[in-house]
Amino acid sequence: MQTLRRTPLYERHAALGARLVPFAGWEMPVQYTSISEEHRAVRTTAGVFDVSHMGQLKLEGDGAHEYLQGRLSNDLDRIGPGEAQYTLLTNEDGGITDDLIVYRREDRYLLVVNASNTEVDHRVLSETSDVSGEWALLAVQGPEALERLGIELAPFTWRDEEVLGVRCLVAGTGYTGERGCELGCDPSQAPALWDAIVERGVVPCGLGARDTLRLEMCYPLHGNDITPERTPIEAGLGWACALDKEFTGVDVLRRQKEDGPAERLVAFVMEGKGIPRQGMAIAEGGSVTSGTFSPMLQRGIGMGYVPADVAEVGQEITIDVRGRPQPARQVKKPIYERKDA
Amino acid sequence: MGAEESYPEGLKYHKEHDWAKIEGDTATVGVTWYAQDALGEIVHFEGPEEGSSVAKDESYGEVESVKAVSDLVAPLSGEVLEVNSAVQEAPETINEDPYGRGWLIKIRLSDESEAEGLMDVAAYRQLLEEQ
Repeated sequence: MQTLRRTPLYERHAALGARLVPFAGWEMPVQYTSISEEHRAVRTTAGVFDVSHMGQLKLEGDGAHEYLQGRLSNDLDRIGPGEAQYTLLTNEDGGITDDLIVYRREDRYLLVVNASNTEVDHRVLSETSDVSGEWALLAVQGPEALERLGIELAPFTWRDEEVLGVRCLVAGTGYTGERGCELGCDPSQAPALWDAIVERGVVPCGLGARDTLRLEMCYPLHGNDITPERTPIEAGLGWACALDKEFTGVDVLRRQKEDGPAERLVAFVMEGKGIPRQGMAIAEGGSVTSGTFSPMLQRGIGMGYVPADVAEVGQEITIDVRGRPQPARQVKKPIYERKDA
Repeated sequence: MGAEESYPEGLKYHKEHDWAKIEGDTATVGVTWYAQDALGEIVHFEGPEEGSSVAKDESYGEVESVKAVSDLVAPLSGEVLEVNSAVQEAPETINEDPYGRGWLIKIRLSDESEAEGLMDVAAYRQLLEEQ
């Protein structure tokens, strides 16, 4: 068995009594107290997540812009220095190799990618350097996140700044749908930064809450909702694809957008008490790719691919919950709407 | 928040982390502190129909937390006399009071001798230590 890797914050998690589980080759906290409590902290005040397992790839110098522009789906010309962008790495078939955030600094780029895909991404983007070991990453999320840290930051912007005494890359990004930031710092500084954040009353949150939060927002999880066999058009991520430029698989995507995909990724809320889970069949066709119990709606929620003629907001679908057919209603994304949004 | 860890005397325990309180030819059944703690906050209890039969060592329902679903295994065989409707309405009761208000079903035993195959509290604690 492969040894699980530990982030620089492992001792903090253990001391807090976190339940630690294997995730993408890392030993990560799934919860400290309860998923629902941590979830609500992020929706109402502020929570902090250790996301140091995520990968970082770097590319700089002449040609960096053209290189990435030809391989990532979104239009890099839409962002300037100090800005960040959600984008996709696609394959020849238009399938999604990974989804990631690219941070631009003049002609230098930092890509933050899914932990489980770091090696694959690095192989595809062979010109980049894997600098994952140089970074610890904390996500501070929630309506009070920024004020607890004493910073102001617009969404999808970033800068170098000292936060609570630690030099950080401060980015207005996240995976929860709340305001907040992600803080990149030197791994040796991560425990001090974590302690300072927790001292401000920010609630430690595990990967369990991270998953329920992102699913309420319908942010896809690579490996579940998006895969190398699914395209951005099927997944409803056409907005992150600049089909007027050239990048890997763009021809397939142009054709699919023109013809319409056979299946679409939809969001749904259970009408009754059942809880959908990944892999459950949908009677009208297709299957559930992510499912959980929504702490905000107090109901089962999920996403899944259904035939295009079934995909329609308001239309009922039927989830096979271990042999029991359970009705669900398709809803507009996101499933949970922030009150002040 | 959940209850403090405890394993009451006087209950019979099954290796799948269920308990049974036997009174004459009936038994009240639930899950142990260990089981509810392993699951986390329970958000759904799918119980059997009243009047149906449950069989020792076989599934009679499910409990689900935010993250996972777990089969409920019957520690004894019998007919379901009552399903705890309070737990169906408020599944977190299982976390709050696993041996009290969080009981799951009451059954009429079809074979009282089956109880001999269950553990007492000392044996169950021994099992937990080995896990």
